[in-house]
Amino acid sequence: MSDVFIVGAGIHPFGRTPGRSGLQQGVYAVRAALAASGLAWRDIQFAFGGSDSAGNADTMVSELGLTGLQFINVANGCATGGSAMFGAYSTIKSGEFDLGIAIGFDKHPRGAFDPKPADWGLPDWYGDTGLMLTTQFFAMKIQRYMAAYGISRQTLAAVAEKAFANGALADHAWRREPVDAETILASQMVSDPLTKFMFCSPAEGAVALVFASEKRARTLGLSGVRLRAAAVRSRPAGSFEVFSPSLDVERGRSPTMLASQAAFDMAGVGPDEIAVAQLQDTEAGAEIMHIAENGFCGDGEQEAWIAEGRTRISGRLPVNTDGGCLACGEPIGASGLRQVYENYMQLRGAAGARQVPGDPRLGYSHVYGAPGVSAVAIVER
Amino acid sequence: MPDLVAPIAPHLFILDTDGAPVLLGGRDRETGRITFPAPVDEERFEIVPLPRTGRLWSWTVQRFRPKSPPYAGPESFEPYAVGYIQLGDVIIVEGRLTQIPFDDLRIDLPMRLVTETFVLATGETRTTYAFTRCSGR
Repeated sequence: MSDVFIVGAGIHPFGRTPGRSGLQQGVYAVRAALAASGLAWRDIQFAFGGSDSAGNADTMVSELGLTGLQFINVANGCATGGSAMFGAYSTIKSGEFDLGIAIGFDKHPRGAFDPKPADWGLPDWYGDTGLMLTTQFFAMKIQRYMAAYGISRQTLAAVAEKAFANGALADHAWRREPVDAETILASQMVSDPLTKFMFCSPAEGAVALVFASEKRARTLGLSGVRLRAAAVRSRPAGSFEVFSPSLDVERGRSPTMLASQAAFDMAGVGPDEIAVAQLQDTEAGAEIMHIAENGFCGDGEQEAWIAEGRTRISGRLPVNTDGGCLACGEPIGASGLRQVYENYMQLRGAAGARQVPGDPRLGYSHVYGAPGVSAVAIVER
Repeated sequence: MPDLVAPIAPHLFILDTDGAPVLLGGRDRETGRITFPAPVDEERFEIVPLPRTGRLWSWTVQRFRPKSPPYAGPESFEPYAVGYIQLGDVIIVEGRLTQIPFDDLRIDLPMRLVTETFVLATGETRTTYAFTRCSGR
């Protein structure tokens, strides 16, 4: 069983790039990752890649080169990138191959997502009557959480304000302008209690990460970060998920809690050892709840944490240092790998103006999506 | 008897002898777990009536017109509230909230099941279920 290293990373800027398809953005990210590691496409033995709505990843070989490599397409909703990475991790760990790549890319039309009930095993009336919106789910989850644990609207605004401040410092982010808390609170209400600036938007972008076994990395003379854990988990009984016409009265744990626990166990580290974290922030409330679901604090402690600035770049646990989904937008297939890209840059001290001080050693990333899937990765310098 | 236009879907709710709606859940014959709507699998799921009253578990207001499809409502749009209502110790059900000012919505508010007319983009109407505040308190 080999340890797995990330030895190269490439990103296509997030946001909107008219005239460039999602697949082309994916190719751009692959070339950037190869250039960063001094490798050529013909060196790559295997690939895992996917998008939610921008096409089949393996068609990239016509651009990148017909080398005959093993290329597996991944489709796992918001965890597509995380699942591609899990594939790369397992493939190298098992010894099957020792040099591969994970690719996530996407390109969505403007506006909210428009899922079809049948694709989610739901009857048509659920969509007909206006209940099938991810925005409603996120709003109702944080609404209840705020009432139960004393989280204020000001704290929601502070999370979004931090996201835009961090995004302004990240070259790959979409939103590069700071927005103050008053503007965030006063912006158009989308789904109470969440305003327009508290929600991320569907967007475009691509990320590619090159993975190598420890031995291969050494042979190639490549330094990198060690992938200490990669875990993907689906929903357990009693969780609260997107597109649920009913819930069990007996409440249970979430897929995030399961994936987080598995990743911490796999890495043999605890939450207090993490120096930087990228957590799914589909909206401001999700970041707040995910700080607790991932084990970094108890329910309700976020109110004080955020007031004290603990999650800022200068804080005790910097969260979403590139502005997260709020500032980068959400290309579903690419989001999970963007988080790992960001941790890779932070751990290598290459994050520029948004660099977390103090030579961070352990980075944590977490994606969550419909219909209840979470992927967590822990990387170490 | 109320004038009942076509229901938005079969097997979602029935009207009891007073004309009041009752949601139909499905009880898994093996595990006892109840879900709504009742899955279409009579061998595995027994149809059970759900309690007609409960408390608001969470809520939000849909402020923009959802995309069509899947939304089947008309182009003209008025914001509407949606929520989850805990029906006794049985189940928590999602639905539209009706005849209640948005400013009055709060968690734990006592709620009851009603029917509501839903207008389709074609101008046709359907009956769907919704929840409203319990009166007389």
